[in-house]
Amino acid sequence: MSGAALALFRREVRLAVRVGGGAMMGAVFFLTVVVIMPFAVGPDLNLLQRVGPAILWVGALLASLIGLDRLFQADHEDGSLDLMTMTETPLVVIVAVKAAAHWVTTGLPLVIVAPVLGLMLNVEPGALVAVALTLLVGTPGLTFVGAIGAALTVALRRGGLLVPVLVLPLTVPILIFGVSATGAAIAGPMSISTPLAVLGSLTLLSLVLAPLAAAAALRLALE
Amino acid sequence: MTAKADPPDGDPLRSDRGTSQLDAGMRLRGRDLACVRGGREVFSGVSFGIEAGSLIKLRGPNGAGKSSLLRLVAGLLRPSAGDLDLDGGPEDVPIAEQAHYVGHLDTLKPALTVLENLGFWADMLGGTRATAGAALERAGLAPLADFPAGILSAGQRRRLALARLAAAPRPLWLLDEPTTAIDAAARDRLFVLIHDHLDAGGLVMIATHDDLPVEGQTLQLGAAPPGAGA
Repeated sequence: MSGAALALFRREVRLAVRVGGGAMMGAVFFLTVVVIMPFAVGPDLNLLQRVGPAILWVGALLASLIGLDRLFQADHEDGSLDLMTMTETPLVVIVAVKAAAHWVTTGLPLVIVAPVLGLMLNVEPGALVAVALTLLVGTPGLTFVGAIGAALTVALRRGGLLVPVLVLPLTVPILIFGVSATGAAIAGPMSISTPLAVLGSLTLLSLVLAPLAAAAALRLALE
Repeated sequence: MTAKADPPDGDPLRSDRGTSQLDAGMRLRGRDLACVRGGREVFSGVSFGIEAGSLIKLRGPNGAGKSSLLRLVAGLLRPSAGDLDLDGGPEDVPIAEQAHYVGHLDTLKPALTVLENLGFWADMLGGTRATAGAALERAGLAPLADFPAGILSAGQRRRLALARLAAAPRPLWLLDEPTTAIDAAARDRLFVLIHDHLDAGGLVMIATHDDLPVEGQTLQLGAAPPGAGA
């Protein structure tokens, strides 16, 4: 079974990085959102520093939703999902592996470019790593919660816009603690550890619960 | 959904799952199966039985429920009535995990190479890299192994989907119009594959409008309307 999970992970990553896979789309979108913000807000460095964490997190949240609607839909349309339910690998594991691979190809690039983007928002050089750290801890939670929305809309042809509408309310706790952890890293005064710990626990919770919910939603949709 | 109603007849030889040997004395039975889709009853009261090493052909006009019956056996649809048993296999393994299902969809990713596509399914369905390579050879697609599946023709895509059958050992094959789009040589290869599988004690359910050069019983679904060609 672990061999099958590994094969699935490899396939998902390969599909994402090849032509039409859209692995870097999220990172490019993230870049665009964060770059236009200083133009919209104006060249006020103090203001940028204050809204910086919120911009980074809203950008990361929206970017991590890109391509999520195709997470299960593509496999549903070509019959792959049917076959996957006929393997020894439980559907929960399949969902978790697919979501993990999706995070590696769309969430991880966000974490990597975040320090560069932080410079544009007047983030202290010392805090850049901490900003990336909050995204590293928080974005897997976003992807896994998003998998629930992707599973619910798997059979809908035009479900693309429905996924964010379903998923965004569920991501509010992650957003709140992500922004406060990032804010603490950039400006203080409180320590980053408390919001980061809550953020970590939210992510762990979604890593465990979201695959169960998404697998149940998929089973309903496949009937 | 597998209701073990009565003990398996004969003396089934049990083997651990994942072995390449097929279980001797396997037997698939459906009793009074009914299927409702979208509020319409597709079929009802369908019963059949297949012994190890034998084949059953599903016949019937379009919409008679041939595909639905195959999907139902594959566990992709839930029967609205009746039950299904696969006796003689490993216990507590659903029929779906002992069956190959080749439906109308090719389950291929155009961005992956031919070998990557087949290798992935071999890994998922319990085969190995070696069986995937051998299956590709048997399907006559070995020269195309490193090309993306997106360049394949309809017939080649079909052959790649059918290569799954040889890429991972599973006792029950559920084939939904497998001969669509493939040429005469590929059809012959498919029939050889089916022959070999039956000789090894496998079971085959096949829905087709073609004449098969393979002996087997026929299950007629839906009354053939007068004047309609079979």
